[in-house]
Amino acid sequence: MSDSTPNSPSDATPGEHNPSNLRADVDGLIAQGAFDRASRRLAELWRRDPASGTASFVTSRVDELRDKLGEKLALTKFKLAILRSFTVEPIVPLLRAEAFAYGIDLEVHVGDFNTYVQDMLDSQSSLYRFAPNAVVLAVRADQAAPELWRDFADLAPEAAQQAAERVVRGYEQGIGAFRNYSQAALVVHSLERPSSPSLGVLDDQSEARQSGLIRQINRELRRIAEGFRGVYVLDYDALVARHGSEHWHDERKWLTARLPIAASHLLHMAREWMRFIVPLSGRSAKVLVVDLDNTLWGGVIGEDGMAGIKVGSEYPGAAYQALHRALLDLSRKGILLAVCSKNNLDDAMEALEKHPGMLVRPKHFAAMRINWTDKAQNLREIAEELNVGIDSLAFLDDNPFEREQVRAALPEVTVIDLGKNPLEYASAVRNCAAFERLALSSEDQQRTAMYAAQRQRAGAEQNFQSKEDFFRFLEQEAELESVSDLTLPRIAQLTQKTSQFNLTTRRYTEPQIAEMAKQPDWHIFSIRVRDRFGDHGLVGVAIAHDEGEQCEVDTFLLSCRVIGRTVETALLAHLAESAAQRGRKWLVGWFLPTKKNAPARDFYSQHGFNRKETNGSGSLWTLDLRSSTLRCPDWIKLKVSVENSIGAITAGGKN
Amino acid sequence: MTASTFEQVRNIASDIFAIPADRITAESSPETIENWDSMQHLNLVLAVEEKFGVQLDPEDIEQMKNIGAVATLVEKLQSAAR
Repeated sequence: MSDSTPNSPSDATPGEHNPSNLRADVDGLIAQGAFDRASRRLAELWRRDPASGTASFVTSRVDELRDKLGEKLALTKFKLAILRSFTVEPIVPLLRAEAFAYGIDLEVHVGDFNTYVQDMLDSQSSLYRFAPNAVVLAVRADQAAPELWRDFADLAPEAAQQAAERVVRGYEQGIGAFRNYSQAALVVHSLERPSSPSLGVLDDQSEARQSGLIRQINRELRRIAEGFRGVYVLDYDALVARHGSEHWHDERKWLTARLPIAASHLLHMAREWMRFIVPLSGRSAKVLVVDLDNTLWGGVIGEDGMAGIKVGSEYPGAAYQALHRALLDLSRKGILLAVCSKNNLDDAMEALEKHPGMLVRPKHFAAMRINWTDKAQNLREIAEELNVGIDSLAFLDDNPFEREQVRAALPEVTVIDLGKNPLEYASAVRNCAAFERLALSSEDQQRTAMYAAQRQRAGAEQNFQSKEDFFRFLEQEAELESVSDLTLPRIAQLTQKTSQFNLTTRRYTEPQIAEMAKQPDWHIFSIRVRDRFGDHGLVGVAIAHDEGEQCEVDTFLLSCRVIGRTVETALLAHLAESAAQRGRKWLVGWFLPTKKNAPARDFYSQHGFNRKETNGSGSLWTLDLRSSTLRCPDWIKLKVSVENSIGAITAGGKN
Repeated sequence: MTASTFEQVRNIASDIFAIPADRITAESSPETIENWDSMQHLNLVLAVEEKFGVQLDPEDIEQMKNIGAVATLVEKLQSAAR
């Protein structure tokens, strides 16, 4: 896109625009060809005035931008079909404007009134021709279960039960057919219970009456959805309840325009759909970056101090604890948390670690940037550190200027708006569609656990007086193996990827490793490490070969995840002991320096080796095995399962 | 009808019917605004209800024959609510 002047005067002073000026701005910027800025202004307009009229304006300008930019429009395309039993047309612009705010260009197909059954059963229907990414089945109880809804008092108990079962079978058939004809996601509205049941309070005295049977249908809907990949339930009954049935409904619009939802709640319907559309379109955030002062606690730690900041179980600190709980829930869904705060590191860490009111602690954060650097820069670094794209970040900050600065510098970040009242912070996070997940993959959860374990180790280390105490506390277990078919790919990968703790940096392919393993004088070991915080997996490799009285270390490397935990000593000690057992007198090895392997520079000297020679490429070190006292540290529980490596490679290498 | 109510209604109509606000007068109606069909009429009703916090009865909606009438109706409903 053409414009690249992020700090024009109008960009630097957010908040001065009233919505009608913003409209003029957008049109002016589009006319100038400044499409990026037009797009940002349009998003700002929608944030400030998310109303029906604004939605019409926003969608018409998104269409204009698409016409002008074509494939260069920086939005994710997504096609949604809505099958319905009521008027949804006025919701569509709201939905498309809301989607635009999440970076999605939403195309919507609306099915005819009450033709949803035919649409799903007929493989040639306009629904399938539209080729949607997702389909919403927005059917209300009056249409899906008319006998239970309208004439319930007429029904005998058995007839009522049968009616409920017929409804469930209908859903089952429709959803089954849909799955045969389409791979699109399907979001099925649950049925709402009547706000005034036919039998009044009597209705609630049995599960077999109106409300109970509708609950039964909803339970069955969940069971059906669980049986199909990509079928989800939207709890419409709970949505109506959350906003209050009497406010949600507008009987006049229902009777005159088949629109059951009051004008003020149409946006809430659109936002509920967005909670499915955002994760389905891949626009979810993976990391939430939070500010500290006046966001995670009330007050400014650098000025108010530990005793002055407000966070705890009583108001006003309770508002911040509610936010903490929302953050912890995200973290349990596999969303990483990170801190970005302008603060003195010591002040902030003291509060995070020691304030009794804090429910979130340093161990919950996968990355931290506590400094006085500009936040956009910190966010870039956090994305890099956590190895995610900038568009995977969400940002939570009470300060509108920080939010605007991040929006201007990094428009792809999901910036969450906070009002002035901290009591609303938790729901701002909970209601953000970017954090919705429709499934929890084991990778998601493992990733969080891995970062958490790493953080816990770092946190624990600080609590110990000596390194040795810390190592004992870690309860490390190492497993030493000779190379096998199972470990060969990982061993080759480590020789190719490891640059820091790598004494010779010799890169080997799988066939090369397999070839070495066939040689009787070559010995290839790998080491796997676990500790009280988690499993590191296979993290170290040593390759050595015997030659006369000496055993020479060809390769010795360790993944940076476990450097400095004495695992390297355990691996080296095993090399020494096994060489001595084979009758060798010397263990020798080169250190070949590179730009990156400084962490391994002093390894041999620290383990009792003597320098024998130095040349242009590096230094050769030797250890007298007859007098060596090199042993595996006693705080590492070492399990050795070494077989003769000859023949262990059954496939004979994959060359 | 006051200028401010009329102006706000006109802005809503400008958004809904996708025409510049300065081309909308109190007399603008389905006859003069091409986009003003039954669905856009519903959208106009909803946007007015949302903006002014009022609820329109079916009889009210029938009276919304032009933009001026919409503004007058809004003011009537607002004063009735006070």
